[in-house]
Amino acid sequence: MSEQLIIQLIVSGLGMGFIFALIAIGLTLIYGVMNVVNFAHGEFLMLGMYASYLAYATWGADPLVTLPFVAAAMFLFGLMVYYLLIRKVLTGSMQSQIFATFGLMVFLQALAQFFMGADYFAVQNSYLSGVITLGGVILPVPQVAALVGSSLATLVLYGLVFRTGVGRQLRAASQDAQAASTLGINASGMYALAWGIGSACVGVAASLLSNFYYVFPRVGAIFVLLAYVAVALGGFGSIHGALVAGLLIGLLQVASGFFISSELKFVPVYMLYLIVVLLRPRGLFGKM
Amino acid sequence: MLEVSGLAAGYRGHQVLWDVSIHVGPGEVVALLGPNGSGKSTLMNSISRLVERLAGSIVFDGVALHELPAHRLLRHGLSHVLERHRLFPYMSVLENLQLGAGPRAPRQRVREGLERAYALFPRLKERTGQMAGSLSGGEQQMCAIARGLMSAPRLLLVDEPFIGLSPQMRADVAAALERINAEGVAILMIEQNVAAALAMSRRAYVLREGRVVLEGASPELAGDDRVRQAFLGRLGPDT
Repeated sequence: MSEQLIIQLIVSGLGMGFIFALIAIGLTLIYGVMNVVNFAHGEFLMLGMYASYLAYATWGADPLVTLPFVAAAMFLFGLMVYYLLIRKVLTGSMQSQIFATFGLMVFLQALAQFFMGADYFAVQNSYLSGVITLGGVILPVPQVAALVGSSLATLVLYGLVFRTGVGRQLRAASQDAQAASTLGINASGMYALAWGIGSACVGVAASLLSNFYYVFPRVGAIFVLLAYVAVALGGFGSIHGALVAGLLIGLLQVASGFFISSELKFVPVYMLYLIVVLLRPRGLFGKM
Repeated sequence: MLEVSGLAAGYRGHQVLWDVSIHVGPGEVVALLGPNGSGKSTLMNSISRLVERLAGSIVFDGVALHELPAHRLLRHGLSHVLERHRLFPYMSVLENLQLGAGPRAPRQRVREGLERAYALFPRLKERTGQMAGSLSGGEQQMCAIARGLMSAPRLLLVDEPFIGLSPQMRADVAAALERINAEGVAILMIEQNVAAALAMSRRAYVLREGRVVLEGASPELAGDDRVRQAFLGRLGPDT
């Protein structure tokens, strides 16, 4: 097999990997800061994809152009979910927290089906269609854009969480919320921020994904299942873990899709997951 | 300076403190004594608003602390070093100290605070980039106290600063607390070792079963047999 082919597989694998990673980082950020699993995370992705699609269908706006707006809208949506729903159930039992986000998942899916129907929609002829050829390597543009866009978004996120004062407060609240509050950090504000940032991550992934993937009410389930795997594989609450595991999953599924068969492309992914959690239950980067 | 009157507090349906009144004057060192489970930490955590108040008032320099959420206290000049240091284990010593200055601290204040912290505990300067969770027990306690001072508080609450420390580390931490106090910071401290606590403080309160059973000047309490009785259970709220 040729070098060109290997490069194509790597670009495609990393492109998908960064998208999985972004979704997983959003999930793990919320979990890490407040120990709540957002079961509606996939539906946030679905909303973002519909937003991209509708902007395209209504105004002809390319998903790449609307990406910042979708990300910002999802940030606000995350804040809204926190303030209207999550904050109310935080003092309740574990079950009520699970059912709150699980119920939100069912609600959002039904809402999408009600307004948009069960049809599949796709963005066609965006800026990012066709292929580019670089020294004999043929690369589909949407996947290159996914790779560039999602790796840039990850970089921005890393800068925000690990290099700014707000990021430091966010990490402090996630490691010890009570100690953080004695140091003047408003834990509730940090929780809201985690929901906002986590949802914005999904918004970016949704915009990039809508260039080459259909949107329909249950589209979130496909991606979020892999994001849960990435979170568990990387270690619950670990941003580094979600990134590494997301990339690993992206590369592995592209490689096995090519070398084995595209119907079985997820089998090695779940096998890897099973092996890792059997040998190291806390995941690759997990603490405890 | 700090005036706690008639405080009742506790956790969900489980009252721990009854009618507790204590005060700390400017620049004073005050010790809270009492056997395990007598409510010392609950009292300290009520002052810093981590535990729910049922009745009574907590006033600090004219500010009614009992009306504020926990994260608003730092800006009023009150800092709390929690039991078992409670550093952020996956952050560096430097980041822990920076967080101590408070969310909106100007750079200048952070820089001055760091200088002071490193002057007080030179060992921390050598460990500045190290993860706080990988420090030794004594270094963690030093880091926690240094973090508590970063906001330049007027009153420092310290919960069992000597627990699990070697004798040498104890002496170092005690010397540091004395220096902090000499610079004008009032200290309210919890300490299991009665003799050590009385030697360091000007006044002390003895708690038992959630009530103050004894209070007075530390040198006098040091020779008072009632302190020992309180610990042995002979001096209870009923006697």
